[in-house]
Amino acid sequence: MRADLAASVDTFPKLLLINAGTRANRPAIRQKDFGIWQTWTWAQVLDEVHSFSVGLAALGLARGDKVAIIGGNRPRLYWTFCAVQALGGIPVPIYQDSVADEMGFVLAHAGAKFAVVENQEQVDKVLAVSDRVPSLTHVIYDEQRGMRDYDHARLKSFEDVQALGRTASQKQNTYSGNAWEKMIAEGKGTDVAVILYTSGTTGNPKGVMLSYDNVIISSRNANLFDGLTEKEEVVAYLPMAWVGDHIFSYAQSYLAGFCVNCPESPETVVEDRREIGTTYAFAPPRIYENLLTLTMVRMEDAGRIKKAMFDYFIGVARRWGEKILNGERVPPHARFLYGIGEILVYGPLKNRFGLSRIRVAYTAGEAIGPEIFRFYRSLGINLKQLYGQTEASVYVTAQPDGEIYADTVGKPSPNVEVKIDDKGEVLFRSPGVFLGYYKDDAKTAETKTPDGWVHSGDAGFFDPRTGHLKIIDRAKDVGRLKDGTLFAPKYLENKLKFYPNIREAVAFGDKRDFVTMFLNIDLVSVGSWAERNNVVYGSYQELANNPRVYDMLAEHVDEVNRSLAEEGPMAGAQVKRFLILHKELDADDGEITRTAKVRRGFVGERYEPLVTALYDGSPEADISTQVTFEDGRKGTLSARVKIRDMKTYPPVTEAPPLGKAA
Amino acid sequence: MRARSDAEIAAGQVLLAVEGISLSFGGIKALTEVSFDIKKGEIRAIIGPNGAGKTSMLNVVNGFYKPQHGRIMFKGLSHAAMEPHEAASSGIARTFQNVALFKSMTTLDNIMAGRNLKMHRGLFWQILRVGPAAQEEVEHRRKAEEIIDFLEIPHIRRIPVGRLPYGLQKRVELGRALAMEPDLLLLEEPMAGMNLEEKEDMSRFVIDVNNHFGTTIALIEHDMGVVMDISDRVVVLDYGRKIADGTPDDVRGNAEVIKAYLGVGH
Repeated sequence: MRADLAASVDTFPKLLLINAGTRANRPAIRQKDFGIWQTWTWAQVLDEVHSFSVGLAALGLARGDKVAIIGGNRPRLYWTFCAVQALGGIPVPIYQDSVADEMGFVLAHAGAKFAVVENQEQVDKVLAVSDRVPSLTHVIYDEQRGMRDYDHARLKSFEDVQALGRTASQKQNTYSGNAWEKMIAEGKGTDVAVILYTSGTTGNPKGVMLSYDNVIISSRNANLFDGLTEKEEVVAYLPMAWVGDHIFSYAQSYLAGFCVNCPESPETVVEDRREIGTTYAFAPPRIYENLLTLTMVRMEDAGRIKKAMFDYFIGVARRWGEKILNGERVPPHARFLYGIGEILVYGPLKNRFGLSRIRVAYTAGEAIGPEIFRFYRSLGINLKQLYGQTEASVYVTAQPDGEIYADTVGKPSPNVEVKIDDKGEVLFRSPGVFLGYYKDDAKTAETKTPDGWVHSGDAGFFDPRTGHLKIIDRAKDVGRLKDGTLFAPKYLENKLKFYPNIREAVAFGDKRDFVTMFLNIDLVSVGSWAERNNVVYGSYQELANNPRVYDMLAEHVDEVNRSLAEEGPMAGAQVKRFLILHKELDADDGEITRTAKVRRGFVGERYEPLVTALYDGSPEADISTQVTFEDGRKGTLSARVKIRDMKTYPPVTEAPPLGKAA
Repeated sequence: MRARSDAEIAAGQVLLAVEGISLSFGGIKALTEVSFDIKKGEIRAIIGPNGAGKTSMLNVVNGFYKPQHGRIMFKGLSHAAMEPHEAASSGIARTFQNVALFKSMTTLDNIMAGRNLKMHRGLFWQILRVGPAAQEEVEHRRKAEEIIDFLEIPHIRRIPVGRLPYGLQKRVELGRALAMEPDLLLLEEPMAGMNLEEKEDMSRFVIDVNNHFGTTIALIEHDMGVVMDISDRVVVLDYGRKIADGTPDDVRGNAEVIKAYLGVGH
């Protein structure tokens, strides 16, 4: 019955009123402060939101006004969303690490009337750009510290505004509980709920307008999809201005009634997560990578017995863990060993990660290494992938339980339609699709078709074996071979870069007959292999040119070709020829960016003779390049580079039996 | 940079005054007839070249050394010399040039140790941790947590300080001194051995402590940039004598100070 009630409710303030009634004493939000978790129940949250909301109204906030929210994940900032929405205002969260200039742009573009910020640092930034934002009348801060010497004409503390609200709602009828609830009742599902500015890689950020319907329907579907209840515990630590956090830590919490936990500080997240025992989590791949690396480094320092135990049981988990998690049949002895491992290794490890009670963990944003992905799954952590966009209120596709693969992003989420256009770009249509970009109809028309399809800007395809979507690259980077086959360089490169021996890969093939590759070996990994196998080498160049190294890398490329053959549209993009570059790609030479992204076009021009040789069939090629040494001197490096021909496989048309997960 | 004006300081109440302090070790004169005062609420720097007697001066103030001549006035009471525990219980806390923390104890425990003087229940009750002793501990823990929050070190609350980098250890030491809720805080080279960013952080914390808790601070520091930036008044020592005393600007222009620091042409 409770669910029915919630199902008919179309805004967050209305949901809050319901939660404060039906779940009055359940925890709604927590924050660790002075080393202790402080908890607010839904009833208390209603009280806080009400007084702040009325205070805002008393300061002059009216329907349609924009309120910027800037800061880390803190209860008061989450309450601000609801307090503003109750008055029909529109919250605009802004990334707290943006520099004053960017902040100024967003504040001015949104025409923010109020800014509710975390602390002095953010106050300073907002004040610094306030002359560019004539609409701004008040800045409200959460944290008192350092604010004593400020001129308080336009500044108010959160408590001040709440106090204002409390007196106002006692004195004047217009702000009393009933009048406030009447204002809430005027809100409709089709109203703009929030404007989220996306940090565009080029140009100014765009303000994505999402309606209550967008956010609420998407979140409700997601809650059903993963069976989330009011018993979940999530830790809110990703930026509030990011759509993911808005959906996970605000919308889904209001809908399911679960508790959101705000960590003490960004540095204490791991520790705080451990204390809370989060049941539902979301993180970009690098968070999982960091946790794993940290563990492995610590295990290297562990005593010999512990280390042996760890290695043995991780081995057991690798072999059986995934199958057990997926509910497949495994022999009794495997189950027994896994049980022992759970007690000795996996349990304590999950406790360390703060994932002992985890039911669902998502990773998204970019590709996760299959090894890392499998590691967590083998420990019994239900790590899944999803693909989302701000314009879709996050959910486009997600992996259903029991259908988990390391290299897909899952099936279309409930109520979402996904199609691939003839250029390979992913398009989606759903109830979560945004209303438009704020004050930018031209961009809206470019992205969203009149019948509601949204261009994601990503290229992808549906994997014929699993029916899951795979995202391969940004759509603008995807090319075609001469025969029309899709050529997604980053997808191919990433497949190879997941091998520890391969440091860097550069794919060629756009408007050519077939795909070829430049590879860089990883000196640490291949170097340690050389040591173990008595391969003597004097330099990177010599090691890179070693025939046995070539053999080893050829095996990797062969594996990649085999896997590509099974991937339908990608089957034609198998690597025909590759070479190992005689030098490491280097940011000093402009070959990769400072953030370690390969500048494909530049590399192609710089090593023109090698690219030519890859396509004219010659077995080796000479190259001499200018290099910049670390002290800034320049020199020339010459080498003769061998080229290896690879076998390609016919496309596998028959789908092999499913079930072999990841 | 400082919010306080000169007039405010001049009008301020004297918290501590040293008068005619002379200290010698055998034939070596560490301090000769040094007099200066520290006013309530100011940040007072003591500077000087190596061996000028800065640390000796601090040791005299907190009762570690007993001067042969002179008097110390603290909060209106005159002392020929103080015992360290007297100094501590009357409201003087300090940090040391070489970090002096309990290395194997956590940050929290180190800061709690700073509350020791404020604990009123005997050892027996504290061990049992019942009734009033438990309540007291909760109260002390709260104070300790406020300091942890203030110094932005919650992430190292449970880490033994021996494992922390130097800059953080310095901050923990400041935290322990603050835990005593001192009237006068003596900082001995709080920025020594730090990189630029750590120095800036530390300067910020020193100013914040001064603003937020109203604590009077006396500091010894080598980094002249830092001293001139954050101090209200500076006293300069050279070979155990006071050669200058005044605002940073006064001191900067003082011929004798320039001579002491840069030497004179021969």
